[in-house]
Amino acid sequence: MRTIPAPMVQPETMPYWQAADAGRLLVKRCAACGEHHHYPRDICPFCGSAATEWREAAGTGRVYSFSTMGEGEAAYTLAYVTLDEGPTMLSNLVGEGPFACGQRVRVRFLPSDGGHAVPVFAPCTDAEGA
Amino acid sequence: MSLNGRAAIVGAWEHPTRLAEHLSVLRLHADCALGALADAGLDKADVDAVFCAGDVPGLGAATLVEYLGLRPLHLDSTECGGSAPILHVAHAAAAIAAGRCRVALVTLAGRPRAAMAEARAKAEAAGRSGGRAPLALRPPDPDCPELAFELPYGPATQNLYAMVARRHMHEYGTTGEQLAWIKVAASHHAQHNPHAMLRKVVTVADVVGSPLVADPLHRLDCCVMSDGGGAIVVAHPDIARSLKRPLVLVRGTGEAQKNADGGRVDLRFSAAAWSGPRAFAEAGITPAQIQYASLYDSFTITVLMQLEDLGFCAKGEGGRFVMDGNLIAGTGRLPFNTDGGGLCSNHPANRGGMTKVIEAVRQLRGEAHPAVQVPGCAWALASGIGGALASRHTAATLILERVA
Repeated sequence: MRTIPAPMVQPETMPYWQAADAGRLLVKRCAACGEHHHYPRDICPFCGSAATEWREAAGTGRVYSFSTMGEGEAAYTLAYVTLDEGPTMLSNLVGEGPFACGQRVRVRFLPSDGGHAVPVFAPCTDAEGA
Repeated sequence: MSLNGRAAIVGAWEHPTRLAEHLSVLRLHADCALGALADAGLDKADVDAVFCAGDVPGLGAATLVEYLGLRPLHLDSTECGGSAPILHVAHAAAAIAAGRCRVALVTLAGRPRAAMAEARAKAEAAGRSGGRAPLALRPPDPDCPELAFELPYGPATQNLYAMVARRHMHEYGTTGEQLAWIKVAASHHAQHNPHAMLRKVVTVADVVGSPLVADPLHRLDCCVMSDGGGAIVVAHPDIARSLKRPLVLVRGTGEAQKNADGGRVDLRFSAAAWSGPRAFAEAGITPAQIQYASLYDSFTITVLMQLEDLGFCAKGEGGRFVMDGNLIAGTGRLPFNTDGGGLCSNHPANRGGMTKVIEAVRQLRGEAHPAVQVPGCAWALASGIGGALASRHTAATLILERVA
């Protein structure tokens, strides 16, 4: 399996990575305009307000696009996943393929190489409302 | 201020090398600069403005200016990846129109192929596997806030562009065979270019039968990796008219930046959808009047997106537009990249913008290879996408006219 490089964390986004270590996916929401955004910033990229706050995401979404690279054990799948809260985030798809655009997925957390845990996504099971 | 007619491209030169084992990066830049000046009939003492991007090492244009012994009074090191030279032509035209300079030098050069071979040899000499050196020769900057949310997932150039192709297929039913036609057309042109890295004419079956690199993109959907470079000289129209070369005027310019937009990712269009209309409005023409197009071809999908976003066909129609040789000079409606482009000829320093402008100038001067020359070519377009199509990228659109 591919080694996940440790994220280069900055103080602005430390809560996101601490939550990831605890198995929770956070998303930033702006209290001024009500919009969610990703990647998380102190300043809302839509309205410019500094009144942004962390929210826990449901952890579910849909595959927007994806591409598998590499062969055998080294193969991995880059993807854009659109969270149910709205933002689309870059991630990996893990678990059983084949994958498809529009497919329902749920977050999982994988360890990185000496750093914080990293959110990735796997296809939802039927019980999860796929 | 409109830049229509305010500057001309008076010199253009492409380095013939594709593997610069014994040439330094600055030597390549200097070869290109002097080549373009000689092509124009100008001397380096005439240069009063320098435009370059991140392929020049050091702090902006400083290293290049010192190596060449220039004394510019106007500098612009705007860095936006492979589209930079196309954008630099617009910036040079603006500076000339504003009276800041008269003769602007734009260069691009590099030796990633030789550097990769050297890195591999060094690793093997040290008893390690050479492997495949990464495309990015510079380490990521930890101060870029987005990288923490990207690098853990292994974004390579190939899979980022592949995601755009995947979504296009999902939205519009575009096929791998349709994308392959773009490479087929490029290969038809490359057979006539003695400097092209890949001169063999390929078929749709060859492309879709080549190994998957990042699905759905195959190896033959990807551009070459090459050393070399090129340069162009942009000058005031009065200077252009005093020279002996055909008059190629800047008619329309546009630049735009698109990114992941706080998570509002939309892979259906590129920044060319914003830069293109501005360039056409400035030129006062429509896409139907363009007789030759240099389209950035890091991957086949890059070309498809620009065709739609620049208005050569409707959104979602790109796959049908490129089929059956529609991009091949002599038979197709829109001849593109008649030098073979990045897909077959040259992608120096991992940047395709310079060669796009140079081939457009060749076409307008009637100096393209006779087998691919567009008869009476008066209007040409050069378009670039720098960065990653699926995330942050900068588009530059340039419309040029040959004036008799």
